[in-house]
Amino acid sequence: MTQNHQLMAAGLHLGYADREIVSDLNLNVPAGKLTVIVGANACGKSTLLRGLARLLTPTKGAAYLDGKPIHQMPTREVATLLGVLPQSPIAPDAITVADLVGRGRYPHQGWFRRWTPEDDAAVAEALGATDMGELADRPVDELSGGQRQRVWIAMALAQQTDLLLLDEPTTFLDINHQVEVLDLLTDLVKERGRTVVVVLHDLNLACRYADHIVAMKSGKIVTEGRPVDVMTEAVVREVFGMTSRIVVDPISDTPMIVPIGRHHVEKAVA
Amino acid sequence: MTAIDTSYIAGVRRQRESKSRRVTLGLVLALVLASAAALTLGDFPVPPEEIIRSLFSPLTGLTNKGVDFIVLQVRVPRLFLALLSGAAFGLSGIIFQTLLRNPLASPDIIGIAHGASAAAVFCIIVLGWTGLAVSLGAFAGALLTAFAIYILAWRNGVTAYRVVLIGIGAAAMLSAVISYLFTRARLFEVQQAMAWLVGSLNAARPGDSIVLAAMLVVTLPLLIILVRGLDGLELGDDTAHALGTRVEQTRLGLMIAGVALAAFATAAVGPVGFVAFVSGPIARRLMGGAGRGIPQAGLVGALVMLVSDLLAQHALPNMQLPTGVVTGGFGAVFLLWLLVVSGRSGRVN
Repeated sequence: MTQNHQLMAAGLHLGYADREIVSDLNLNVPAGKLTVIVGANACGKSTLLRGLARLLTPTKGAAYLDGKPIHQMPTREVATLLGVLPQSPIAPDAITVADLVGRGRYPHQGWFRRWTPEDDAAVAEALGATDMGELADRPVDELSGGQRQRVWIAMALAQQTDLLLLDEPTTFLDINHQVEVLDLLTDLVKERGRTVVVVLHDLNLACRYADHIVAMKSGKIVTEGRPVDVMTEAVVREVFGMTSRIVVDPISDTPMIVPIGRHHVEKAVA
Repeated sequence: MTAIDTSYIAGVRRQRESKSRRVTLGLVLALVLASAAALTLGDFPVPPEEIIRSLFSPLTGLTNKGVDFIVLQVRVPRLFLALLSGAAFGLSGIIFQTLLRNPLASPDIIGIAHGASAAAVFCIIVLGWTGLAVSLGAFAGALLTAFAIYILAWRNGVTAYRVVLIGIGAAAMLSAVISYLFTRARLFEVQQAMAWLVGSLNAARPGDSIVLAAMLVVTLPLLIILVRGLDGLELGDDTAHALGTRVEQTRLGLMIAGVALAAFATAAVGPVGFVAFVSGPIARRLMGGAGRGIPQAGLVGALVMLVSDLLAQHALPNMQLPTGVVTGGFGAVFLLWLLVVSGRSGRVN
């Protein structure tokens, strides 16, 4: 996993039926960094992630993995380079943690399943990275929401891909579990040099954890760059249609967005 | 991050595999016992050593015309037909239940068995066919129904939910067709059609199981190749795609295998109710998380069919019931139990 693979989109159009969601989008995913995509509901951020992950076929343009159009590559070959955690994966009933995580080995195994020591090692490593080792033989449906999310991330890790795309992995999690998941993703980037792209809802966590932030509106990129460089009150107004004040996060020195609504705004100066 | 010992993970995996082997072995053992009972029980008493002699008589040449007829021409064909059709129903059921992620989605609920039935009733009442021709008609009916459900459920791909809903709709429509045909028929034809609809092994001929066995030989390799695709498909379409599964092709292939198995079995023994429906959940419960239990569901299907047939033949003195009556009674109780259990835990299966 020393070699970094390159993911990009050029003139990418994505949509369902005759409804276009993402139009003429260009994006270079920085290698070995944590990229966070933010935007209001229905701005096309999940659609973009699905397009980059070849889960959705573009209507025009393409996403490219190492210079090749990703939709035309054999899907199994892509699966050895790029892992995806979709928004709502389904855990089969009574499946155990180790079994589910082992499913991530699918692209590395032949037609007739031959479970190798490397597969066991990959599962062990993924469970170690997510601190799920002690729960290996427990049924997934007995776990808490945060633990379950970590199991899914472990499955994507067992796939041992250089690139990892995650669609809102922190949704429905308590704040402590959200931070846990983002710390884990940061570990992957910092300690193992992986490239991670993640769609997030929480702007402040996005600003804190992102090496590279992509703000989207109506299927287009409004701005992208280091959060400290690009997140301004004007950008927040354009992307979310909301006035705000940006202060410095006292913990991380990253931008922190303080929303301004109609009530409880005694100290806001027009 | 903590370091996890690889040997620990390998141990957890081996535990799962050994549980799966134990379940399989137990089911095979139960099948052997039930098969022995099926060969021994009957109005014409044959001692066990005579049965063994008769089974090997083609090799040893030690024959006894009367006993050999009972064993080789009556009991063995019936036993094989029960085992093969039960296994086919069980496999077909669990394929659909797994693929559509719904324990209600077995072929006897989502209209495929109804398609076979409607076609068979049409053949008997309108065309006046009998025997093998009816079986072929039923087979064609099952395939046609499955194809129609797939086409109707297609909208940029097929979702499990749509297949189940459209299947249930198709089942209702086909039941209406059967009722309509009955209103136009003469009493004798209705009797004949009803006998077929209940499903029975009473008419087992040696040829039936040979045809069914040949069909299984054709279908099973397809199943073995495709079944690994369920590793991903079970986790949702997006996850499957992300893991490198060719989602639509794998699902279509598995559906074809599942429909073929259900159609072959239905053509051979009639739409014996609930065998496909109960086998998967029973196998899953036995496995207890140690795997998907697909081969085990085939074994459970064979066992359910065989034991039901034994009960149908021997439970009431001087009276043979159609096998479908026993499986129907058993299946109804099982369905109620499933609903009660799932009601408590708040989810189905």
